[in-house]
Amino acid sequence: MPTERISPRLLRVLAVWVVILMAALSVACRQDMQDQPKYIPLRPSGFFADGRSERPLVEGTVARGHLDDDTAYYTGKGPDGKPLDTFPFTVTRDVILRGQDRFNIYCAPCHDRLGTGDGMVVRRGYRKPPSYHIDRLRQVPNGYIFDVITNGFGAMPDYSAQIPVADRWAIVSYVRALQLSQNASINDVPAANRGQLGQGGAQ
Amino acid sequence: MAQIFHRSTNTFSRITIFGAVFILAFLTWVFAELDRSNYNTRATVPREQPVPFSHAHHVGGIGIDCRYCHTTVETSGFANIPPTKTCINCHSQIWATSPTLEPVRASFRTGQSIRWTRVNDLPDFVYFNHSIHINKGVGCESCHGRVDRMPLTWQENSLEMEWCLDCHRHPEKNLRPREFITTMGYQPAGDQETIGRRLMAENHVQDARVLTSCSTCHR
Ligand code: HEC
Ligand code: HEC
Ligand code: HEC
Ligand code: HEC
Ligand code: HEC
Ligand code: HEC
Repeated sequence: MPTERISPRLLRVLAVWVVILMAALSVACRQDMQDQPKYIPLRPSGFFADGRSERPLVEGTVARGHLDDDTAYYTGKGPDGKPLDTFPFTVTRDVILRGQDRFNIYCAPCHDRLGTGDGMVVRRGYRKPPSYHIDRLRQVPNGYIFDVITNGFGAMPDYSAQIPVADRWAIVSYVRALQLSQNASINDVPAANRGQLGQGGAQ
Repeated sequence: MAQIFHRSTNTFSRITIFGAVFILAFLTWVFAELDRSNYNTRATVPREQPVPFSHAHHVGGIGIDCRYCHTTVETSGFANIPPTKTCINCHSQIWATSPTLEPVRASFRTGQSIRWTRVNDLPDFVYFNHSIHINKGVGCESCHGRVDRMPLTWQENSLEMEWCLDCHRHPEKNLRPREFITTMGYQPAGDQETIGRRLMAENHVQDARVLTSCSTCHR
């Protein structure tokens, strides 16, 4: 049986097509640079049994700079173990504004923006929290509110994982401001500013 | 031997050679369009998730701020996907027996993570950072679209280099005051161009030359 020769012309055409095809295919080719064998946040790991690349801290670990030995600041309790009634730092206007911002993010879904305890989540069936403006809560010390945020209280979950310590204190300062605002009278407004009250839109 | 082709076919072949240029250009165009098509970039395709988590319910419906769950978006490169504990904050009481939420409760009981499917995924050779965008006034909406209307999350934009560069050349079109960062359906109070330019000055937004230099994103 005679071997059939492929004509050089056909070979050339074939070669050109192979190159075109390879070029076309390589466009869709995902190299390892797209998904490099490194850990980015929350990327799963095949190495650990629980599949997490983010490892939980070994118990007793103290991260550098996190000795957290300022008890008043980190727990809201005084040396006698009682909740602090002051702030561990000076509260400025900026702190309160920061507190307002954070309060509206983390607390308003349940406590609503005024702190009356009628947030959207409560309206969908969550247990109704007490209003901040009842006497008992107006009397509690600052450290108590800090502790409720840090450790939760009854049906309320704790927010220690979501809110850093400085922001918790800022929120406490804003809760205080809310309580004042809901029980303020005209006498609390400096005489010079009283005129602006009726005008609306005054800063 | 008689000619196979008539003389008139000469014109025909010239037109064909001339036309080839257009055909090539057309093919290039088709390729470029296919490359940035939603089909290729997987934009606007909702992803299946182990729990049918709905931003439409949680953000659009009950108005939870993004940062309640995506806690580190302002302070780190990574926005954070909330841990199961965050869901349990509310779902210990709301829909507490719903079968839809069983994977969430199981995860909380056993300590096994829920395996969410990634929606927005840049190649690993691109450096992206949320905090700089948030702190200079680019709202979530500018990149992720109307998340509050997504029953299942999808990727809104192509996330191609072209898309990043479009904004890096003209950031003023997409800047908003800091307090509206997570607002959905934001309307500028006035002319966006003017407000954008003012915010660029206030926030010291860097020069377009820096923002489009390769090493900004490929480092
Ligand atoms: C998921 C809903 C929810 C969120 C969010 C929430 N709380 Fe509460 N909170 C509650 C409930 C429910 C109670 C009532 C708890 C009880 O009596 O068992 C409560 C009670 C309280 C109390 C009163 C405790 C007492 O002695 O009666 C304070 C103070 C408080 N919350 C502060 C906060 C602050 C500050 C935040 C934001 C960081 C916050 N809460 C976020 C649901 C919530
Ligand atoms: C109640 C918690 C919660 C709130 C509030 C929330 N998210 Fe999410 N978000 C999640 C969860 C859980 C996922 C992962 C599941 C998914 O992709 O749908 C997610 C995923 C996303 C993703 C896709 C992540 C990826 O894989 O690429 C984007 C983008 C996003 N959220 C943006 C937002 C924005 C913007 C807001 C505010 C308007 C917001 N989220 C509010 C819980 C929340
Ligand atoms: C701040 C409170 C809150 C948090 C946090 C929260 N949810 Fe919800 N979730 C709700 C409420 C309220 C509803 C009911 C919505 C409605 O009735 O419109 C709901 C409904 C749902 C539903 C059912 C929706 C349906 O119609 O089938 C799912 C699924 C769900 N949530 C998943 C999650 C997951 C997953 C997380 C954690 C990432 C989460 N939720 C965190 C408050 C919350
Ligand atoms: C400049 C555009 C841009 C803005 C503004 C932006 N994102 Fe993103 N987001 C991205 C990109 C790009 C990714 C994919 C990152 C990756 O793959 O590494 C992403 C990813 C995410 C993810 C998945 C987790 C992660 O970090 O990779 C979440 C959640 C998210 N964004 C939420 C938000 C929220 C909430 C906001 C507003 C506070 C926001 N984003 C603002 C572009 C943006
Ligand atoms: C909607 C507008 C917008 C989009 C889209 C956008 N950016 Fe940006 N980006 C900005 C602005 C504004 C800044 C702040 C510039 C500055 O630092 O002053 C910035 C800054 C950055 C920086 C930090 C620059 C530095 O050196 O400080 C990186 C990195 C970056 N962007 C990456 C990306 C990547 C990657 C994408 C696409 C996935 C992207 N951006 C999409 C607006 C945008
Ligand atoms: C604003 C951020 C940004 C800048 C600046 C930038 N790139 Fe990119 N680049 C990206 C992103 C995002 C991708 C991923 C695109 C994708 O996934 O399709 C990318 C992808 C690439 C790729 C791979 C393309 C592919 O299809 O795999 C190359 C090559 C590249 N860039 C080169 C450059 C060069 C050269 C410069 C400077 C002139 C540059 N980039 C500047 C964001 C940037």
